[in-house]
Amino acid sequence: MEPKENSSNIQKPEKLVITSSPHVHDTESVSKIMWIVNLTLLPAAIFSVINFGLPALITMLICIAGSAACEAAIQYWRKKEITVNDGSAVLTGLLLAMCLPAGIPWYIPLIGSVAAIGIAKHTMGGLGHNVFNPAHIGRAFIMASYPVAMTTWAVSRIGNNADFSGAMSKIGSLDAVTSATPLGILKQQGYDALVSSFGGQMEMYKALLIGNRGGSLGETSAVLLILGGLVLIIKKYIKWQVPLVMIGTVGLLTWAFGGKAGLFTGDPVLHMISGGLILGAFFMATDMVTTPMTTKGQMLFAAGCGIITVLIRLYGGYPEGVCYSILLMNAVTPLIDRYIFPVKFGSHPEPVKRS
Amino acid sequence: MFRKIKGGVHPHDEKKSTEDRKIEYLPIPQKLFIPVHQHIGQASIPVVKVGDPVKKGQLIADSADGRGTPVHCPTSGKVTEIGNFPNPIYGSSLSIVVETDGLDEWQENLLTGRNYENLTPAEMIDIIFKNGIVGMGGAAFPTHIKLAPPKDKHIDTLIVNGAECEPYLTSDYRTMIEFPDDIVRGTLIAMKILNVQKCYLGIEINKPKAIALMLEKCKGTPIEVVELETRYPQGAEKMMILAITGKEVPSGKLPMDVGCVVQNVGSLKAVADAVEKNIPLIERVVTVAGSTVKDPKNVMAKLGTPFSELFNYCGGFTGKNGKLIMGGPMMGIAQVNIDAVVVKATSGIVAIAEKETDIGIERACIRCGRCIEACTMHLRPNTLSILSEKGQHQTAQTDYDLMDCVECGCCYYVCPSRRNIVHYIRQSKAKNAMVRNAIKTGSK
Repeated sequence: MEPKENSSNIQKPEKLVITSSPHVHDTESVSKIMWIVNLTLLPAAIFSVINFGLPALITMLICIAGSAACEAAIQYWRKKEITVNDGSAVLTGLLLAMCLPAGIPWYIPLIGSVAAIGIAKHTMGGLGHNVFNPAHIGRAFIMASYPVAMTTWAVSRIGNNADFSGAMSKIGSLDAVTSATPLGILKQQGYDALVSSFGGQMEMYKALLIGNRGGSLGETSAVLLILGGLVLIIKKYIKWQVPLVMIGTVGLLTWAFGGKAGLFTGDPVLHMISGGLILGAFFMATDMVTTPMTTKGQMLFAAGCGIITVLIRLYGGYPEGVCYSILLMNAVTPLIDRYIFPVKFGSHPEPVKRS
Repeated sequence: MFRKIKGGVHPHDEKKSTEDRKIEYLPIPQKLFIPVHQHIGQASIPVVKVGDPVKKGQLIADSADGRGTPVHCPTSGKVTEIGNFPNPIYGSSLSIVVETDGLDEWQENLLTGRNYENLTPAEMIDIIFKNGIVGMGGAAFPTHIKLAPPKDKHIDTLIVNGAECEPYLTSDYRTMIEFPDDIVRGTLIAMKILNVQKCYLGIEINKPKAIALMLEKCKGTPIEVVELETRYPQGAEKMMILAITGKEVPSGKLPMDVGCVVQNVGSLKAVADAVEKNIPLIERVVTVAGSTVKDPKNVMAKLGTPFSELFNYCGGFTGKNGKLIMGGPMMGIAQVNIDAVVVKATSGIVAIAEKETDIGIERACIRCGRCIEACTMHLRPNTLSILSEKGQHQTAQTDYDLMDCVECGCCYYVCPSRRNIVHYIRQSKAKNAMVRNAIKTGSK
C-alpha cells in the first residue's frame, strides 16, 4: 500500500510485536511469589535469632548461601540461565534452616543445602520438575547422616528457662546445654512429665504458641508462622484448606488416639501447635511444585500428611513426623493429580443452580 | 444481586479512558480498503469492477454460498482497485478499494421505513442476510445463521450480551448508552424471529449507567435486565448462558443445544437498522484506546478505514508502540500492519506501549494450579501446555480435552511462569488438524 500523505503525525512503528493472544498479564511471577514467601518467613526467622542467639543466624546464612551457591554452580555447569535471583533457592535454604537445631556444626547445614538443591531439585530438572520438597529432602538427608547433631537442641533463651531445667534434671542423661523438644519429652517421658516441665497446661500452650521452648529454628514460634501463613492465604499464594485440613487431621487423630486412657483422651492442642506442624502445614505442604494442582487434590494431600504425621508421632520411632509425612505424600502427588481433576465444563446435563 | 461463573479472571478493565466519550463520527477517509473476507466462512465475491461508481449502501461483494455475508459500500465514490490489501484477521486478503467523493450519497431507493410487526420471520432473516449483519462482539458469526437454528432445535431463550468483559473496549457500552431504543427494538425483532418469550440482557456491574438506562428502556417489554459480576470471560457465549440460565453447554455442542441464542447488543442495533430502515452493515463503533493513544475515543468508523486513520483522528501516539491489537487485549489479534482496516468484527483497536509488551521470560511450569482455577472450561491448561511442548498433541486431545479449550487466555493471564499456554494449545490444535487432514486426504 502506498504511504498516505495525511498520516504524517503517525510514527510508523518499525517493528510491531506479534504474539498469540492474550496480550496482557497480571503482575504475579514466580520470583515475586518466592520472595514474598521468604518475607512471610522472616518474622519467625528473626524470632529464632532472638530465641537461640547468633548460632541460629549463622545456620540460616549457611543454608541460604549454600543453597544459592549450589543452584548457581549447577546452572553454570549445565550452561543454563542462572536463576538464583528468583528466590526459590533462597526459600529452600531458609526452610531447611528452619528445620534444623540452632547450634548444629557449620558443615551439616551446608551438606543439607547441597542435598536439597543438588539432589532433590536439580537432578530432577530444576524448579518446577522436582518431585520432593527440596528442603525436606535436605533435612531427611542430614537426619539420616547426623542423627545426634540433628537432635541436639539448643536451650531457648527466652523465659521459662527455669521450668525447662526442671524438666531437664528429670531427663538427666542429656547434655546440659541442650533441652529436649516438647514432642521429645512427650515421647520419652509421657504427657504428665511434659506438662509439669512447663508448670501447667495453660503455661505449656502459651510457651508453645509464643515459642520460648526448645526445638528447631523455625518451628518454635507458632504465632509468627501462622501470621506469615495468613499473609500467604490473603495473597492467595496458598489455599486455606491445606493448613486447615492438615492441622485439623492431626488434631482429630491425636485427640482420638493420643491418650493413654482410651479413645478421645489425647491432647489435640499440644500436637497441633508443637513440632514442625505449623511450619509444615503453612509453608511445606503448600509448596506449589510438589503438591497436587487442584484444591481437592491438595486437601487430600494435606489429610494424608496429617495421618502420616500422627502415625509417626504416636506409633513411630521419631518424636516428630511432619517432614517424612510431607515427603511420603509428595511421592503420591502425581497419582492424586492423575485421578483428581476438575470436571470439564458442560458435563452437567441439567442446569446447575448457582446463586 | 448478580450471578457468578466459575473460574475466569478480573483484569484491570482500563475502560475509564473511553467510557464517557461520546461516539464521534470519523470524517470520511480518502480511500477505503474493504476486504471481501471479514469473518469465518467463504470470502464474498466482488460484484463491482474497477472504475465503477459506487453509492453508499450499494452491494459490492456478494456471498458465495449463503454462509458468508454480502459486503456493502460504506460511502459513495469510485472503485479504483481490486487487489490484496492488509486484513486484520487474515494478514491480507482481496479488498475493494473505493476512492471516496466525500458526498456520502445513499444508493437511490435503498432506505425504507418498515414496521417489523408486519414482517414474517423468514422475511426478516432474508433482510438480515442481505444487509450483511454479523455478530459484532468480535467473532463476527453471521447473524442470519444464528437466528435461524435448525428446526429440530427448540429455542426458548434469547440472551442479549452487553457484558463487554474485555479490558479497554467500551464500544458496546457506548452503543447501549447512545442507542438503547435501537437495541430494544432489535431485541424484540430477534425475539419475534426466534419465537421466544424469554429474553435476558446481561450487563456487568461495572457499567451501572448502562444497567440503569436499559432497565428503564426495557420497562414494559419482556426483556429482563440481568446484572452480572465483573469477570472475564463472561462475554463468551457459553459463560453468558451459564451466568444467566445456569445451564452448561455440553462439550462440542452449541448454545442452541440448550435452547439459547446469544446476540451482542451491537448486532441487535444493526438488526434494528436493517429490518426497519434497510441500512446495511457499513459502519461500526470502534474503541480506539491503549496506553500510547493520545486521545482515546469511541469512533463510528466505516468498514475499510485503515487503523492509521483512526489513530490519526485520536491524536496519534505519545510513545513507541509495541503492539497493535484488533479487539480486546485478552482475545484480540496482534497486527502486523498499522494499515490493516476496520472490518465487521473490529470492536476496538488497542495500542500497547513497547515497554508493556515485555512481560518477562517464560519458565517451566511450577504446578501452582492457578491456571486450573482460572480455566472456565475446567480443563488442565498447564498439562496441555506441557504436552504440546513435548509434541504429544494427540494425547492432549484424547485424554485432556484439548478441543474444549475456548482460548479465552485466562490461563496465560494468571501464569506466574509466564507460559503462553494459549499459544501451546493453538499449536496442538493446529498440529492435530494437520494430521486429521492428512488422514482424510490419504483415505480418499
